[in-house]
Amino acid sequence: MHMTDLLQIQNIRKTFPGVVALDDVSLSIAPGEIHTLLGENGAGKSTLMNVLTGLYRPDRGELLFDGSPVHFSSPRDSLNIGIGMVHQHFMLVPAHTVFENILLALDGVANFFSRRKYKVKIQQVLDQFELDLDLDTPVWKLSIGAQQWIELIKLLVRDCRLLILDEPTAVLTPQESARLFQVLTRLRDQGKSVLFISHKMREVMEISDRVTVLKKGCSLVTLPRGEYDENRLASLMIGEDQIPMWIKPACKYEELALEIKNLSVRNDRGLADLDKFSMKLYRGQILGVAGVAGNGQKALAEVLTGLKEASSGRILAKGKDITNSTAKSSYIAGIAHIPEDRKSIGIAPDMTVDDNLIMKNFNSRAFRRWIFQDRAAIRKNATAKIDQFAIKAGPDGNPIRYLSGGNIQKVIIARELSEKPSVLVALYPTRGLDIGSAEYVHKVVIDGANQGMSTILISEDLDELLKLSDEIVVMFRGRLVGCVNPQTTTREEIGLLMSGEVQR
Amino acid sequence: MFEILLDATVRAGTPILFATLGAIINERAGIINLGIEGLMLIGALAGFAATQASGSLLLGVLAAFVAAMLAGSIHGFITVQLRGNQIVSGLALTMFGIGITALFGRSMVGLTIAGFERVAIPGLSKLPVIGKPFFNQDLLIYFSFLLVVVISLFFYRPRWGLALRTVGENPAAADTCGVPVILARFMAVTIGSGIVGIGGAYLSLATTPMWIENMTAGRGWIAVALVIFASWSSYRALAGAYLFGGITAMQLRFQAMGTTVSVHILQMMPYFFTILVLVISTIRLQKGASQQPENLGQPYDREDRK
Ligand SMILES: Nc1ncnc2c1ncn2[C@@H]1O[C@H](COP(=O)(O)OP(=O)(O)OP(=O)(O)O)[C@@H](O)[C@H]1O
Ligand SMILES: [Mg+2]
Repeated sequence: MHMTDLLQIQNIRKTFPGVVALDDVSLSIAPGEIHTLLGENGAGKSTLMNVLTGLYRPDRGELLFDGSPVHFSSPRDSLNIGIGMVHQHFMLVPAHTVFENILLALDGVANFFSRRKYKVKIQQVLDQFELDLDLDTPVWKLSIGAQQWIELIKLLVRDCRLLILDEPTAVLTPQESARLFQVLTRLRDQGKSVLFISHKMREVMEISDRVTVLKKGCSLVTLPRGEYDENRLASLMIGEDQIPMWIKPACKYEELALEIKNLSVRNDRGLADLDKFSMKLYRGQILGVAGVAGNGQKALAEVLTGLKEASSGRILAKGKDITNSTAKSSYIAGIAHIPEDRKSIGIAPDMTVDDNLIMKNFNSRAFRRWIFQDRAAIRKNATAKIDQFAIKAGPDGNPIRYLSGGNIQKVIIARELSEKPSVLVALYPTRGLDIGSAEYVHKVVIDGANQGMSTILISEDLDELLKLSDEIVVMFRGRLVGCVNPQTTTREEIGLLMSGEVQR
Repeated sequence: MFEILLDATVRAGTPILFATLGAIINERAGIINLGIEGLMLIGALAGFAATQASGSLLLGVLAAFVAAMLAGSIHGFITVQLRGNQIVSGLALTMFGIGITALFGRSMVGLTIAGFERVAIPGLSKLPVIGKPFFNQDLLIYFSFLLVVVISLFFYRPRWGLALRTVGENPAAADTCGVPVILARFMAVTIGSGIVGIGGAYLSLATTPMWIENMTAGRGWIAVALVIFASWSSYRALAGAYLFGGITAMQLRFQAMGTTVSVHILQMMPYFFTILVLVISTIRLQKGASQQPENLGQPYDREDRK
């Protein structure tokens, strides 16, 4: 078995100032297998992947490719022997076109290349995946889901023997993920190996040939298909930590918290992102918003939090018209926001975790003494939040950008919920969170609801929506196309509504 | 009359055009270079000294390119390899350039050379209005036309150009595609600096074929500013440089006509108008999507998380 392994990872260790990201990791990848890496947020999955592609240099340990030791001094070296990767955070140039982004990833393009020839070639790949993308659009104009596909295409156009995918499905719809899995299975059948990371158990169960669990920078076990089930993997990953329990109260539908009347929002291209959208949100209610990403959810969240202006219609908070107030005054009206794009609008990347945690209420008396910051109080607040949300924050004074994707998300949630908001607008709040953390976020939302917080929960995860919501509305092309009761509806019914084929 | 003004415009704009083109190459790779003024001076002195010694203008231009390239490689090494602060390093380079040229230029003051002469391009120079100003000029000016086109083609045609732009926008993306980011940035800084040096040499080999201490008189700073006006495009750099050149030509004309307005005020005009245009164009720029390379000014460290 060992002689035939495509890649052997032996006793890898990688530290960053003040953090041991990988302690001792060993695992092997066979040719023609889909190998899944599972682990909590901050366990070191992305770090390990970056070591495999030559982006990070390990402190210790060996990599054997095809049985012979390899040392990467740059990603170029790993590309040359046939290791390609889709990174957790996009490696795209927003200002460049789709074509330019993909072309740079292509192998063996002559310095003076024929534009027409490669356009045809790349277009064929897009067609093969039924992607409706214009090669000449700049990437910044595309939805996050489409950007994820471009990353995938960048990997698939290369002839790689090992494909590494770091949470590729986090921003894909279930249908898109299914399409990706078909591709991955086909590649596996051609003898290629895939190293896959996901927090979604359903996917892990579906696609993996083997699963390796990573915990606190160490590889725990590798299990072949058949020797694991969801519970086994979850308990290996989380260990003795208990998954928090909660009971959801039924919403009483008494006091109106927020009302949206015929709201329309136009985007940069002048098209309607929201089209005569109306809904009501009651105190303590959790309103689920289902829909394929890019059907106006982001605009809804942005207009509610004051980041975008409505072109017509009204928003009433407790009867008060807040339609075109700025972010600040709508915050005063008590709306919290968990944005979709964490890195650019959720955090200040270079500032510390402590500072990011008080960003919303830095001016509060609790964190200042006269005109000076009260560092002790800020620190105390941070330790409490880090503890409460189990954030792996690294050493004190660590800039937040060093944190793993899931941990950044936890910081945002901790900050947004700290002020006991009356309304929470959450876009994909558990995207990229490990199962333990996702459960914890659910509990926090439910606890909030118990205390009267109303939540607009925008999500693509139907399980999450069905579990938490009092009511689910479905969005399609900026309109509300249906409203269903989670107790009586089915996944199929919501799926049909999401596709825009029926209305209710 | 108009022809003469246009001719003076091109001649006054050319040194700034070279400098702006060089700065654009730097910034496209993500490196801010505030050493342009110093690099121009180094180019001017090196070009003059080499021509003075050898009698060859071509050698002079080459010397200017190489000297400025070497000086620029200091900035490159500090900002690319050592990931130092680009602003500080660039300012230091300007001060270094001013100082060192004042020191070594002392023995050159008062010497003369035969500068670049006009070479009419057959046919084209006979065109009405634009014929003389654009096609009855010296070789360096023709070279600057060529450079504008070549640089623009380089950015948008070959794969290397795409790689260079990607390095300035998102070095991590370039790195993961196998582009040698550090090398690309260093090359952009050194070659760009060399081109800036030719801009300086134009002053000492063509505009006024002699060496005068601090003869760039702030043109390098105008070039730094024009990069933004040009939104990192070489064609717009041409427009910006000629705008400056045009106002210079006009104020010289006013001086020659003997107005009562103070010479100092007149000499201020090109700078004043360039800044005015910059302010207006920057306001416009902020409204639309900015062309600025996203990682401009940011050092690249592979193991750092962005
Ligand atoms: N470049 C870096 N500098 C400093 N610390 C880092 C760096 N990269 C990773 N870390 C730290 O290493 C640890 C592991 O991070 P990593 O991104 O590998 O986690 P992960 O398993 O991918 O988590 P997630 O599921 O949230 O993506 C974290 O504590 C993180 O803060
Ligand atoms: Mg990760």
